[in-house]
Amino acid sequence: MFDSLTTKLGGVLGSLRSRGKISPSDIEGALVEIHEALLDADVALSVVNEFIETVRVQALEALPNLQSGTNQAQAIFEIINSALTEILGGNARRVRFAKQPPTIIMLAGLQGAGKTTLAGKLAKYFADQGNTPILVASDLQRPNAVTQLQVVGESVGVPVFAPEPGNGVGDAVKVAKEGVAFAKAKQHNMVIVDTAGRLGVDATLMKEAIAIRDAINPTEILFVVDAMIGQDAVRTAQAFLDGVGFDGVVLTKMDGDARGGAALSIAHMTKRPIMFASTGEKISDFDIFYPERMASRILGMGDVATLAEQAKKAFDPASSAKLESKFASGEDFTLEDFLEQLQAMSKMGSMSKMLSMLPGAGQMKKQIENFDEGEITRTQAIVQSMTPTERRDPKILNGSRRIRIANGAGRTVKEVNSLVERFTQAQKMMRQMRNGGTPAGMPAGMAKMGSSMGAGMPRPAGKVIQKKKSKSGNPAKRAQEEQA
Amino acid sequence: MGLFGKFIAKIKGTAHASVADWDELEASLLEADLGPHLSAEVVRAARSAKAENAEEAILNTLRLALSKKSRALIRASEGTTAVLVVGVNGTGKTTSAAKLAASLSTQDSRVLLAAADTFRAAAVDQLQTWGERLDIDVIHGAPNADPASVAFDAAQQGLARNMDYLVIDTAGRLHNKNDLMAELGKVRRVIEKVMPVQEVLLVVDATTGQNALAQAKVFAESVEVTGLILTKLDGSARGGIALAIEQSLDIPIKFIGTGESATDFAPFEPEIYIQGLL
Ligand SMILES: Nc1nc2c(ncn2[C@@H]2O[C@H](COP(=O)(O)OP(=O)(O)O)[C@@H](O)[C@H]2O)c(=O)[nH]1
Ligand SMILES: [Mg+2]
Repeated sequence: MFDSLTTKLGGVLGSLRSRGKISPSDIEGALVEIHEALLDADVALSVVNEFIETVRVQALEALPNLQSGTNQAQAIFEIINSALTEILGGNARRVRFAKQPPTIIMLAGLQGAGKTTLAGKLAKYFADQGNTPILVASDLQRPNAVTQLQVVGESVGVPVFAPEPGNGVGDAVKVAKEGVAFAKAKQHNMVIVDTAGRLGVDATLMKEAIAIRDAINPTEILFVVDAMIGQDAVRTAQAFLDGVGFDGVVLTKMDGDARGGAALSIAHMTKRPIMFASTGEKISDFDIFYPERMASRILGMGDVATLAEQAKKAFDPASSAKLESKFASGEDFTLEDFLEQLQAMSKMGSMSKMLSMLPGAGQMKKQIENFDEGEITRTQAIVQSMTPTERRDPKILNGSRRIRIANGAGRTVKEVNSLVERFTQAQKMMRQMRNGGTPAGMPAGMAKMGSSMGAGMPRPAGKVIQKKKSKSGNPAKRAQEEQA
Repeated sequence: MGLFGKFIAKIKGTAHASVADWDELEASLLEADLGPHLSAEVVRAARSAKAENAEEAILNTLRLALSKKSRALIRASEGTTAVLVVGVNGTGKTTSAAKLAASLSTQDSRVLLAAADTFRAAAVDQLQTWGERLDIDVIHGAPNADPASVAFDAAQQGLARNMDYLVIDTAGRLHNKNDLMAELGKVRRVIEKVMPVQEVLLVVDATTGQNALAQAKVFAESVEVTGLILTKLDGSARGGIALAIEQSLDIPIKFIGTGESATDFAPFEPEIYIQGLL
């Protein structure tokens, strides 16, 4: 949708390469682009302006030292990137534990930010590290928030203290206080308190949050904020800071494609560390916060690490392992395996979106935009119209079978023919690979991006992800290796 | 508001507004989440107008960005009107579905709710609690049931029970998840086996930034969005991104949400919204 900043800066500064020297006015040109990119990413205007000032000073300082012939765009980029990373990660620290257990974590934030889901994820995260958390249901406002927390607690095997039904009934302060007392009595070393969503401007509800805080004296108050939030982020963050106060920040819905500029605004303004990122609806979709990744994401530079993670998630490890052992044992890759891979690919999200996460995607913009998303679905439909026997042994696909398949999938026989032919070639290639070389690795199908083949060539995904050492020249692969 | 008022006073008093003044105007627009594109367009219009007309020029540019489509809820010519409520997670879909049902039933319509969010923990209970509060029946399935089958059931019951409206709540889904978007398409198609879907209302949270545009684009492609519900306008966010959506996708805002109770819901009024942006 937006040109990535890399492309834009490349345009502004690239032409200078021939002249060899970068001038202050070139820097101004670059700063205009950065300004717009940051606004597109929802960084608050005041923060953008301040940030631009910092970069301007640093860039002008660095100017005399920039060698002609070096890539000036790159140099300025480095300045921007490290300034961003510095703001995002400058205050990084881990969650504090109370000297005298239990450690009390209180969640606060706007309605719909994702607090209840996060409560479950935190409980699981800390339980996995050997703690014994309980969850306390102090959101007595939203209908069935209490029930939701109970379900979440049960699914992670963490007890939930929920004496009140909620739905407007009960005293949230009392519940929080009793929850902490309960935890002490039962020797839980951690308490996670879910609270109702509230607006920064809602004085009554902010007072309630303050009352909860004063009643339980939390070790950490975490401000939970949706990564999609716009310019209001600064006002809201300030209102929470001035109201209930907070010690750390959690960004939610990071599995979306928002650039998440609010993270920069909030980190810059509040000087509080961003501690965690919530990345999906499943309990396991949770991670500590990585400032460098966020910096790239805000700049629209491509987020290889996230891409690799999505790939890892989509390609279920069991089926990848199955595929790999099959491959190793000399069995053939079948259309059935191919179908599984296609399904995993469509689970990962739009192909063009994924491709654009790759660094350098700016240069391939046209191909990415022209990527035919329908290709995967169409290919899938054709394979699904085959019988299991046909999928295992495409050699039996005679003319009448092909006509039946084409009708079933609503495609032409020509398309069926071309798929079978491509598949047979791929299968042949797989056999060759087994006997020697490995072509450049990416999850199945991605290697062929932009080609008219679209859905591309199958190859076992588990292989790529599990290999450890070789530092690949392919950035997507390297990131996967580093992740593994 | 304050900023804009001061700005207008300033440019009206002087023949030439300074660069800083224009920057101030642009800042105020950006801070309402109008986005760099629309904000720049407004400033351009204001700058090319005479000082005494600048205010009108600004308001007119904003008004021109509005969709010209009708903002009334579409009513089926006969039988049950199906309204599908969609959006990303946490924007206020369930609350809005309940509020919409409440407002329709106070207008003496027979309304049925359907809980097709079978995914999020306790989402069905949430809508049922609303149903009890409002005395409106809620159709639901077994836990983790297929949302399309719940919707299909609800459509059949809506028809059989001669309902005027069927309002269907769906699970939150991020627009970049193809499989979930495909699931939503299926929900729509399955209802259409029973009755046409008159309205697909996308719920947009007023605090959302530029990403809401991408959301609207993808939802519109997947399920033909017919209108927006702009929620959480009771906060400090002005919801300017909804205007950017109206402008670039021609999808009208139909309702607004201004709080957590059933009555905090109203038909969208363009003029109040436009004034509120500034
Ligand atoms: N302040 C305010 N809160 C709202 C509004 N609409 C919904 N909410 C709250 O936002 C949260 C998420 O709403 P819900 O309907 O569960 O969202 P869903 O996940 O999209 O179904 C709940 O706490 C609601 O009470 C609104 O207009 N104003
Ligand atoms: Mg809901």
